[in-house]
Amino acid sequence: MTSARASAAKLAVKASTGIAGFDEITGGGLPRGRTTLLVGGPGSGKTIFGLQFLAHGAQNCAEPGIFVAFEESSTRIVANAESFGWKLPALQKKKLYFMDAQPQADLVQSGDFDLCGLLAALEAKSREMGARRIVFDALDVVLALLPDPAKKRREIYRLHEWLLARELTAIITLKAGGDETTSISQQPFGFMQFMVDCAVMLNHSVVLGVSQRSLRVQKYRGSGFDENESAFLIGNRGFEVAVAHTQSRLDATVSNQRVSSGIERLDTMLGGGYYRGASVLITGFSGTAKTTLSGAFAEAACRRGEHTMFVCFDTNSTEVIRNLRSVGIRLDRYVKNGTLRMISSRAITGSAETYLVRIKALAMEHGARCVVIDPVSAWSKSGNDLSTQSVADRLIDWSKGEGTTLVCTSLLDEMSGQGEGGSQLQISALVDTWIHLNYLIQAGERNRGLSIVKSRGTAHSNQVRELILSDAGVTLTDTYTAGGEVLMGTLRWEKERAERVATEAADAAAKLKRLRLDAEEAELEVRVKSLQTELVAKQVEKALLVRTTQSHEGELSRGRTQMQELRGADATTAVRKAAPP
Amino acid sequence: MSRRAIFRFRLYVAGEAPNSMAAIANLAVLCRVHLPDRYEIEIVDVFRDPKRALADSIFMTPTLVVLTPPPIRKIVGTLSRTQTVLLALGLPDIAA
Repeated sequence: MTSARASAAKLAVKASTGIAGFDEITGGGLPRGRTTLLVGGPGSGKTIFGLQFLAHGAQNCAEPGIFVAFEESSTRIVANAESFGWKLPALQKKKLYFMDAQPQADLVQSGDFDLCGLLAALEAKSREMGARRIVFDALDVVLALLPDPAKKRREIYRLHEWLLARELTAIITLKAGGDETTSISQQPFGFMQFMVDCAVMLNHSVVLGVSQRSLRVQKYRGSGFDENESAFLIGNRGFEVAVAHTQSRLDATVSNQRVSSGIERLDTMLGGGYYRGASVLITGFSGTAKTTLSGAFAEAACRRGEHTMFVCFDTNSTEVIRNLRSVGIRLDRYVKNGTLRMISSRAITGSAETYLVRIKALAMEHGARCVVIDPVSAWSKSGNDLSTQSVADRLIDWSKGEGTTLVCTSLLDEMSGQGEGGSQLQISALVDTWIHLNYLIQAGERNRGLSIVKSRGTAHSNQVRELILSDAGVTLTDTYTAGGEVLMGTLRWEKERAERVATEAADAAAKLKRLRLDAEEAELEVRVKSLQTELVAKQVEKALLVRTTQSHEGELSRGRTQMQELRGADATTAVRKAAPP
Repeated sequence: MSRRAIFRFRLYVAGEAPNSMAAIANLAVLCRVHLPDRYEIEIVDVFRDPKRALADSIFMTPTLVVLTPPPIRKIVGTLSRTQTVLLALGLPDIAA
C-alpha cells in the first residue's frame, strides 16, 4: 500500500486529462495540486474540457472530482455530455459530484459578499468523497455580482489559496471577450492568468466559412510545453487535440518490406513496390487515372488479405467501385467480405481537422493497414491553407507512426499546376514516393503518361511510361522517344510496327548477303583448285624441260668424241693404232 | 400583507468575516427599526455547519433567507443598502 502510494506520488507531478493530444502537448497533463485557468469564448469547449478532465480522473485515475456549475445546471450538463460515452450518471454515485451554484435570477443583492459559503460547502463535500480534482465552470458569472474589481480579486485569491491548501488539481474556466487583439491584462480577469500555474486558451473561429477550433497553452509553470496553437476538435469521444510531430511518433519503426502497387510494371519501376508504411502521393489533373491507380493498390492489398480503407471525396463509394470495375479492378467482393471499407466523404463534414480525426478513428476501428485517400487535395477547400497543410502533415505522421501504407491522390489545378507543379497542400515534400500522371497530347491524341518524380530509398526508373487502361486491367508500356518527344498511343504503335518491319528487312538483307558471300567463297575455292592444277602442270613441264636439256647436252659430247674417233687425226689415233695392229 | 406578520430570517455567515459581521449588525438594526417585535433571526455559520450550507445551496456569504412570510427569498450581501432590503421584504419605506 505504502509502496504503491510512493510510486504514484513519483508519477504524480501531472494529472492526466484523458484528452487525446493534450497530455502530449503538456508532457503529461495539468499541474497536479495546482490551478489551471481555461479561457475561451462562447462555445469554445470550456465545459467539455473540464468535464472530460473530471470524468477521466474519476474513471481511470481513482481521483474523484467535483464540478461546480455556475452557469448551466448540472442536469443539463450531464445530459449534454451523454453522447461522449463517459458514463457520468454511474460516476455520479460516488466519484463525481455536481454542485449547482448558479446564482438565482431573482437574487437580491445588497452590499458586499464573499464565497466562503461555497468554500465551506466544498470543503465538506471534498472531504466526504476524497476529491482530488475540481472544476469551476464559468467563475465569471458569480464574480460579476461583486461590485468592484478589488473585491473580485479578493475572492479569486481566496479561492486560489483554498485550492492550493487542499492540493486539489483545479480548472477554472472563464469567458474571454473573443477579441484576440485585446491584451490579456486588459481582459476582465487578466490578472488571474498571472496567478495560476497553467493557462490554456481555447479559440473558435470561422475561416472562409469553416469552423476551426484551436487551443494554446499560454503558460505552464515548471514544465516545458508545446507553445504553438494546436487545432482541436470536439468529436464523439470528447475533446481531441491534434498534435503535430510528437517525438514518439517520429521515431516509429521503419519497415523494409515492400507492398505491391497493384501494377506489376510499376512495381518493377519502383524496384519492388512501395515500402510498407510509406506514404505515396499520386498527382495529376482530373481524369489522369489517379483513382484507378489507387484502386489497383487497394485491390492488391485486399488480395493479400490486408484490411484496407478507401476514402473518396469526389464521388460516392459505389460509383468508385462501378467505375473501377470497368478497368478490371474488382473491389466489390472485398467490400462484401469485410476486407475493404469504402468511406464516402459526404458522410463527413467540417474542417480538415474533422476529416483527419474521422479518418483516424475509422482506420483504427477497421484495423486498416493500407489507407487510400482520393483526393487529399479536397481538404484544401475546407478552411485556410495553413491548417489544412498541417493536417496533411499530421496525416503522414500518423500513418508512419501506425505503419500504415498511405496512398493519397492530389488533384492538380489545370490552371495553377503547370507540369509538375507540386500539390497545393505542399505534401509532396513529405511523402516518400511521388508518382505524377499527366496527359501528353500528340498527333490528335491524348495519352496518359506516368513518371516517378521521387521515391525515397528505392532505385526507381527515370522513364515516362504510358499508362494503358483496358477492361483487362491497368498496364504500363514502354514508350519511345523520337526527336526529343515521347511517343504514345497510335504513334507508339506505328513506331512499334515500323520497327518490326525494319527488323524483318534487316534480317532478309543479312540472309541475302550471306548467300552472296557463300557464292563468292565457292568461286574462289574453285579458282584456287584450278590454279593448283595449273601449278602442278607447270612443275611437270619444268621437270621435263630440265631432263630434255641434260640428255641433249650428253648427246652432244658423245657425238663429238665419236666424231674424233672417226676422223682419227689426233692423239687418239695412236691409241687407235696400237689397238689394231 | 398583514402588519402583524412575523418575519423569520435565517442568516448564513462565514465565521467572523467582516462582511458577515456587518450583515449581522445591519440586520439587527433593520429589524429593530422596521420590524419591532415581529422578527426571529437564526444565524448559521457555514464553517461550523457546511453540510447545511450545501443542502441549502448557500454559496455566497453572507446570505439572508427570508423564510416567512412566503415566498422564500434570498438576499445576498452585507445588507448595507437598506432601501433594497426593505423593498425585497415588501415593507414600505417608513422614511418616505
